[in-house]
Amino acid sequence: MRIVVAMSGGVDSSVAAALLAEQGHDVVGVSMQLYDNSSGFGTCCTIDDLHDARRVAARLGIPHYIVNFESHFHAHVQKNFIDEYTRGRTPIPCAHCNSEVKFSELLTRATGYGASHLATGHYARLERAADGRVRLRRGRDAAKDQSYFLFSLTQAQLAMASFPVGDLPKDEVRAHAHRFGLGVADKPDSQEICFVPDGDYAGFLERADPALAATGPIVDDAGRTLGTHGGVHRFTVGQRKGLGLSTGVPLYVVAIDAAAKSVTVGPREALDRRTLTASGVNWISGVAPSGWTAVTAQIRHRHRAAPARVRALDAARSEVQFDEPQTAVSPGQAVVLYDGDEVVGGGWID
Amino acid sequence: MPRIYLDHNATTPLVPVALERFTAVAASTWGNASSVHHFGQQAKAVLDDARAAVAGLIGAEPSELIFTAGGTESDNAAIRGAAEALEASGRRHLVASSIEHEAVLQTVKALARRGWDVTLLPVGQRGVVEPDALAAALTDRTAVVSVMHANNEIGTLQPIAELAALARSRGALFHTDAVQTAGKLPVDVQALGVDLLSLSAHKFGGPKGTGALWVRRGVRLAAFVTGGRQERNRRAGTENVPAISGMGAAAQYARQAATEAAPRIAALRDRLEQGVLAGVPDTAVNGDPAARVPNTTNLSFDRVESESLLIALDLEGIAVSSGSACSSGTLEPSHVLKAMGYPHPRTLNSIRFSLGGSTTEAEIDHVLAVLPRLVTKLRSLAAR
Repeated sequence: MRIVVAMSGGVDSSVAAALLAEQGHDVVGVSMQLYDNSSGFGTCCTIDDLHDARRVAARLGIPHYIVNFESHFHAHVQKNFIDEYTRGRTPIPCAHCNSEVKFSELLTRATGYGASHLATGHYARLERAADGRVRLRRGRDAAKDQSYFLFSLTQAQLAMASFPVGDLPKDEVRAHAHRFGLGVADKPDSQEICFVPDGDYAGFLERADPALAATGPIVDDAGRTLGTHGGVHRFTVGQRKGLGLSTGVPLYVVAIDAAAKSVTVGPREALDRRTLTASGVNWISGVAPSGWTAVTAQIRHRHRAAPARVRALDAARSEVQFDEPQTAVSPGQAVVLYDGDEVVGGGWID
Repeated sequence: MPRIYLDHNATTPLVPVALERFTAVAASTWGNASSVHHFGQQAKAVLDDARAAVAGLIGAEPSELIFTAGGTESDNAAIRGAAEALEASGRRHLVASSIEHEAVLQTVKALARRGWDVTLLPVGQRGVVEPDALAAALTDRTAVVSVMHANNEIGTLQPIAELAALARSRGALFHTDAVQTAGKLPVDVQALGVDLLSLSAHKFGGPKGTGALWVRRGVRLAAFVTGGRQERNRRAGTENVPAISGMGAAAQYARQAATEAAPRIAALRDRLEQGVLAGVPDTAVNGDPAARVPNTTNLSFDRVESESLLIALDLEGIAVSSGSACSSGTLEPSHVLKAMGYPHPRTLNSIRFSLGGSTTEAEIDHVLAVLPRLVTKLRSLAAR
């Protein structure tokens, strides 16, 4: 069976490739060049990551190709990232990359190369039922679980997906990397959004759209102006740092109005929400549940899924009601719905 | 999996005589060719033999050859060296074709940034420079004209003799990059009437990292690597004697092969080309079908991205190349096909097949058996 492995140059996808090769599959490594980070000799990290992937592939004795996805990545991930901030929302580019780049264009390419599956280094698990339906579950390593970023995959995409490290704890993945003699065995985990390696989102966004740097007022819930900010793209609902306000009580970003360029702040209690609606909803089974369904709902990557119930409003929108109020429901982030450790579905918070 | 190598315009395997010579010299003739003593004399003798052999490949005098580190260095040395030597005369204009190898294009662009006027000549739809275009571009200030003997992507031969005569009639020097013709066709510097000619050893069975620049006697050329007095004071540094000896052996071999093997290779190339055109719908040949080197065909596959077809072929054990994809840079359309006026999609869906002395009919037939299935599959996926 030929399997294409999306190799980022990190330890997880490297071990994914190694394990599949060890199992005797016909493994083909593919690395996507997603953006041009090559100007400025010595500062570029991407090219180094691609080289790491190439070195791993050579070590494993598998073919490896670097494919150019710059225009595709820009159209489906970076543009959305910029647009969402322009609208005062806080996007998750990794989720878009998974469903609209990796398990879309790259999956098509893999099919063209004669592969039956596309494997990645995600910490998530797949279960294939006898009827052909695929269930998506959290990775075994709770600290590394990435199922949150995979909620938008359809049955057709999941049918061709493979997550070889999803059943392993991270330290075992690193142990495998050492066992295979991979140079990336002790490479640090990536923390930031890949195309903003220095973590300076504001700088990246302002280079993409200088109009974002427009200043505006910081107001409280009574409409009083408390200060001035340097652009709504610098804020996320729930944020406390970087407001530049000196007040007696800690204040948090409660709401962002991109059209009015205003940022509303309030005390921590003002962040509490019991309900939310989501758009672009995907149900992993392919079918929306009828009526209210009990789930646990996770509203950001580092959020402990909270008991809630969900119902579909229409084909693409759903309503979620939490049992207990949740802090900082940020528009643009995903709400991902679980039944135990199984992903039921998810959508983008309105 | 048996591998079929159809990328000889990228590089060629070492011919056995070159490998033997290379290893023998590396093992036993390790002296510095500039040394006065016995060891130096041995090395110098090897260099002299190689120089004579390479000169023989292009109908030149051995004393007119400068060994370099390859075709790119030769192109740089020719254009930069001639430009520097002519700068004082007030000639500050360079002309090159728009389908040159990057070694030439980037060099003239670098000089343009330093104040030189640069004219890039257009090509017609067949990928050939029109002499009228050069005549119109030449001025009394033109220092160097650089037009390649054959294009690396599409293989088209350029009317060098005619172009060189035009350039020289206006007092300009003429350089040709003959990297893609030497070893494929007879190359004769006198018949071409050029002043400077670049060669690369690894394109005709020699080692990589080795090339030569032929400089017509009397042409002034500034030193391009300064230091010791090697290579007539033009290219300082201790010579890579083993590699140069390998280039000499390959040149001797190629001189015969260029005439003897060419008809057989051309017949295989035509078999491949006709087979693709007949067996795969919506395909076309890029460039002049007649005026080209015998080993190359560049084919467009409608609705197939060349990057995908290249990879799919490699996974079947067939090595080809595309002029349009750069593995570590941006996916840029082929500048050659763009210059030929082809619409954007066609500049992204071309594949270059370049055959060599070892190519067999069975290999070509295997490619023809595999290719239609791959193209059909990729097209069906692209249509989704």
